Amino acid sequence: MATTTFPAVLAVPRRSLSRTIALYAKEAKYELINKTRIPVYALSTIAIPLMFYVLFGIVLGNASDRRDNATYMLATMGCFGTMAVALFGFGVSLAMERGQGWLQVKRASPMPVSAYFLAKLFAAVVFSTVIMLLLLSVGIAFGGVRLPFATAVELVGILVAGSIPFSAMGLAIGYFAKPNSAPAVVNLIYLPMSFCSGLWIPLSVLPHGLRALATILPPYHLSQLALNAVGMAPNPTPAWGHVEALLACTLLFLGLAAWGYRRDEGKLYG
Amino acid sequence: MSTAFLPPHQVQVRDLSNAGMPRSARVQQPASVACTRNLKKSYGEIVALHDLNLEVRRGELLALLGPNGAGKTTLVQVLLGLARPDSGSASVFGVNPFGGQVQARLGAMLQVGRVPETLKVREHLDLFSSYYPNPLPLDETFQIAGLTEIKDRRYGELSGGQKQRVLFGIAICGNPDLLFLDEPTVGLDVEARRLMWSQIRILIERGKTVLLTTHYLNEADALADRILVLDKGAVVAEGTPAEIKSRAMGKQIRCTSRLAIEEIRQIAGVLSVKADRNAFELQVNAAEPVVRELLQRDPWLADLEVTNAGLEEAFLALTQNHNADAKGGN
Repeated sequence: MATTTFPAVLAVPRRSLSRTIALYAKEAKYELINKTRIPVYALSTIAIPLMFYVLFGIVLGNASDRRDNATYMLATMGCFGTMAVALFGFGVSLAMERGQGWLQVKRASPMPVSAYFLAKLFAAVVFSTVIMLLLLSVGIAFGGVRLPFATAVELVGILVAGSIPFSAMGLAIGYFAKPNSAPAVVNLIYLPMSFCSGLWIPLSVLPHGLRALATILPPYHLSQLALNAVGMAPNPTPAWGHVEALLACTLLFLGLAAWGYRRDEGKLYG
Repeated sequence: MSTAFLPPHQVQVRDLSNAGMPRSARVQQPASVACTRNLKKSYGEIVALHDLNLEVRRGELLALLGPNGAGKTTLVQVLLGLARPDSGSASVFGVNPFGGQVQARLGAMLQVGRVPETLKVREHLDLFSSYYPNPLPLDETFQIAGLTEIKDRRYGELSGGQKQRVLFGIAICGNPDLLFLDEPTVGLDVEARRLMWSQIRILIERGKTVLLTTHYLNEADALADRILVLDKGAVVAEGTPAEIKSRAMGKQIRCTSRLAIEEIRQIAGVLSVKADRNAFELQVNAAEPVVRELLQRDPWLADLEVTNAGLEEAFLALTQNHNADAKGGN
């Protein structure tokens, strides 16, 4: 087909600043609405950490150290909750939307990709805040937990900020897992990882080998930060070491996700 | 294949999208809004696009017609900047669609496995409208896409036809100049398909340029200004619906016979043959030599009927002729 055509002049109207802000806000709002309307997601991410906390933190504790146990588990189960929200809410939902073609519809529109990812991060932050507040209330009401207000705020702040590294991990999983197997992949990663990081049983009662392994696992570092905040870290190490470890994890997983993102462009099938 | 200019009157009647622009600017608007040059794309062993050249002209509805696996969806993905070609180039409004700039002027109705089901129709469209710099008012989108009645329903509660209309709404809500409709009526019943056609015609009346993919020849015939027939990633025929039909029109022979289906298939000039109840249906280019041969081989041949081939048969003939040519060339 020998054609002589002149390219049409590209005139793309720019989105105004207020429309850009509205776009990011709407993306976040609808992501949150979408998640709260999926009972399985809302229930499993909130109810499971709560149930574990009641079991391990309150019911199973000795009467003598009930209060310490409830405070300790508040930090570690909070970490578990944050992780579940980020890995399921970010990782599994991304894997599904990507694998089932929905992300493609969004990418064919002028939506900035950052709006999509920030909305998922926002939803993870909101859900972990809810979980932390619930755990805290249960701990205070039934576990005898007593924390100064500032300490409680610090604990919640640390664990909610922990959404960032785990969302990065979810992002990487979302780009490599298939939609049907993503939930299984996440379970296979996060259940052993939380056990090995001492979230259910303190590391001090775990074998030596596992204790060494824990230091390379992100939940270990987040839980140590949370335990530091409530004054219950077994061997208080400088907080910046854990922050650095979590930052390194975040960068590593973002790098992996970026690779997956590029790989997607070449692989699209249809 | 040469490129004909759109007749000037057609441009002016059709194209309302830049009605506010000065006349001089309107006249200078080029005829081509998207084109590809020697586009190649494979997925492993499978060749999706093979040296594909096409041009989408301003204000037209161009139908890409082809069987499954012809490369239609891949082509749409390349033009939307969703998939990178292995070689060759694609240009949409004069730029590479991969730059991420041009999407504000495009709308796309794609084939989706699953759409978030808990959001309401209104919420989906509110969100997608917010992506575009100058979207249609929501109510207008609802009206064109036929969503007014169902705007407060959740996506998961909708019927198949209604779901397609939501995806159509998503494609048009940004008031784009160029729309890609990838198999918009696949899986719809006759009534829902007619409704979708009338909605697509509204876009044409508004001066939009539309690239439609379909594997229904009657759909391309009903809607398109121009048809490109794709097979195995290459353009095998191009023309107006009338031209495509006249080029492809073969004959259909129907008869009952004692011959084996394999034997009939081997007769020269038979494009395809299938058993239909107790009769055979043959697609042929010219009926007379085949009928002569059939009668010679089977004197008891009965119930002979020769008719003009239907649209689907014409389409089959088009792609098969091309294959035969390709084999002959090797």
